[in-house]
Amino acid sequence: MQESETFVCIFACNVIHRDSTMTDFFQLVFSGLATGSIYALAALGFTLLWQASGTINFATGEFVMLPAFSMLGFMSLGLPLLASFALSIIVSVVVLGWAFKKAIVDPLIKFGMMPLVVATIGLSMVMRNTVRAGYSAEAHPFPSLFGNKLFSIAGVNISAGDLGTLAVALAIVFGLQAFLQKTVTGRAMQAVAQNTESATVLGINVNRMVLYTFAINALLATAAALLVTPVYLAKFDMGYSLGLKAFLAAIIGGFSNSRGALLGGLIVGVGENLAGAYISPSYKDGVALALFMVIILFKPNGLLGKAEERKV
Amino acid sequence: MDKRIFLGKIVTFGMAGILAAGLTSGAAFGQTIKIANILELTGSGATAGTNFKNGIELAVKEINAAGGILGKKIETVTMDTQSNPGIAKGLTQKALDQDVFAVFGPVFSGSIIVSMAETRRAEVPNFTGGEAANITQQGNPYIFRTSFTQAAAIPRVANYMTKIAKINNLAIIYGNNDFGKGGRDVLLKSLDQSKTKVVADISTDPGQVDFSAAVLKAKQSNADGAFIYVNEEESARILREFRKQGWTKPLIGQKVIELAGEAANGAISHVGLTVDAPSPAIRSFKTKFEKEYKYISDHNGMKGYSGIYILKAAIEKTGKLDRKAVAHTMHGLKVKAADQPGVLMDVEFDDKGDLNRESFMVEVKNGKQEVILVMPPISGK
Repeated sequence: MQESETFVCIFACNVIHRDSTMTDFFQLVFSGLATGSIYALAALGFTLLWQASGTINFATGEFVMLPAFSMLGFMSLGLPLLASFALSIIVSVVVLGWAFKKAIVDPLIKFGMMPLVVATIGLSMVMRNTVRAGYSAEAHPFPSLFGNKLFSIAGVNISAGDLGTLAVALAIVFGLQAFLQKTVTGRAMQAVAQNTESATVLGINVNRMVLYTFAINALLATAAALLVTPVYLAKFDMGYSLGLKAFLAAIIGGFSNSRGALLGGLIVGVGENLAGAYISPSYKDGVALALFMVIILFKPNGLLGKAEERKV
Repeated sequence: MDKRIFLGKIVTFGMAGILAAGLTSGAAFGQTIKIANILELTGSGATAGTNFKNGIELAVKEINAAGGILGKKIETVTMDTQSNPGIAKGLTQKALDQDVFAVFGPVFSGSIIVSMAETRRAEVPNFTGGEAANITQQGNPYIFRTSFTQAAAIPRVANYMTKIAKINNLAIIYGNNDFGKGGRDVLLKSLDQSKTKVVADISTDPGQVDFSAAVLKAKQSNADGAFIYVNEEESARILREFRKQGWTKPLIGQKVIELAGEAANGAISHVGLTVDAPSPAIRSFKTKFEKEYKYISDHNGMKGYSGIYILKAAIEKTGKLDRKAVAHTMHGLKVKAADQPGVLMDVEFDDKGDLNRESFMVEVKNGKQEVILVMPPISGK
């Protein structure tokens, strides 16, 4: 008697389960895409600097954190979010673009990659601790550009913030790709990265092109901050895990390709969610590393990356 | 020649100073009472540690301005554990080498559990913000809490969930660290004999950003209430995810935060200390803290602040600067907020170093915490 009841229950539960499993799956995938697009935006910083100037910036996460606090600062003066964003872009382009290039990259790049990598790691620590000293170690709430509206599509709940982040990230990636490939300035920037001497011979202003790259990188970081901070909360160490995930995502997708950054970010975001739900929440953080190892074993240049044919 | 006279004066004054210090102090301590703050100033515990430190420094400033303890000023030395238990242990040893009178921190349970062996060996009173139950269960006569132990707080929450919120099927989401696991274990034990059954038991990572999988699991379990036991920022993100996935059932936690914004509305939590408590001493603390640091203190700021005043009360009751005697006084110490407003609430210590006082159930309404129930101190303790 009791046995058959149990049996019925298991059977019934299974049926119910299967029905909701698909919606759950889509919920997980969509949330993962939203998180993934955040990783992708940060990863874009890595690929852009690599493509256009052959540098790796390990302070990428902090480059997102600083504009977040700059926006908070402007907002505390009573400015609206978008005005603060616009002013922060100027601050970022000057500080994270121009000053970063002049003070750190220019003097160090002639000694090769390693000193620069170490310098950016050092820079990330300096930035974290300066913000902590100035702004306290508290996490600060940050308003969302898209509000908190919720949509329900076939049982999958999607927030306006997630949707907006995904859309803006896609637009930025493809916009950047188009800029680099379709415009004269973008092509000149690529030419500089591929062969500085030839670019000079062709009459390209090398210095200006490299400066453009850093300025665009700073602008991207500010856009990322605007999208990321409502979820991550403005905190001095918010860039730490973001920078690491973004680095792995960039390698997975392919360091030499902006679309690779997008793909890598999305794969990591979705992979983490699926592993968290179907394997164990404890494996969530390991997903990016596991993917990273598998992918560099079989595709050392990343999923969309091409073998490098240039000097660095 | 001027130089020589000047040097001579320095030597004379110096000698006089040393002599005077020797004469007045008498005891092993100098003119000041030295306190070491071994705290999480960076890493995952930075928010808790920094609040705790600010609370301590505010109290020290006030006490020094009012003439110190037994006429002696307090001097603090602060060190950063980087939220790492190994570093915490090393720094505690370093502080003890500097002959401190008492050690405050670390706040994280995982750190204090290893560092307190050092203070115990040196027989130095050690105040912690850690809430894990096992800290005071090891017979260490030099460890004192500044907050409730989970063993005291969680049964109150369990009682609330079973009897007042009437939750029959409960989902638990906890953080995978000493704090989260400790709380979950006590909760499971306290719910053992009650009507509330645990239908989902979900672990999450410290620092996790996306909680959709965890919340989905809680939803699938058909629970009619969820208990969230994670650190502050994760708590904010979980609350948002619950709202996003359309959860309308009770959400109960140990920490409810303004960080979650609207998503926190309706969430209920048990807090040992809150700046929103209806008490003049706490209100005054809230104002002073905000004036000094330009933000509102969390419970860790209150722990650090009241901790210093508890030490002050213990030293004054002992009447001398003797670490062993002060630790002895601490066991069984009762301090009334009316006599010593800095302790914020009437408090008493038991023989293990655990404290007992009132606590609060708070609900978030329109983004603000409101006390909905004042829970009396645990009777018979």
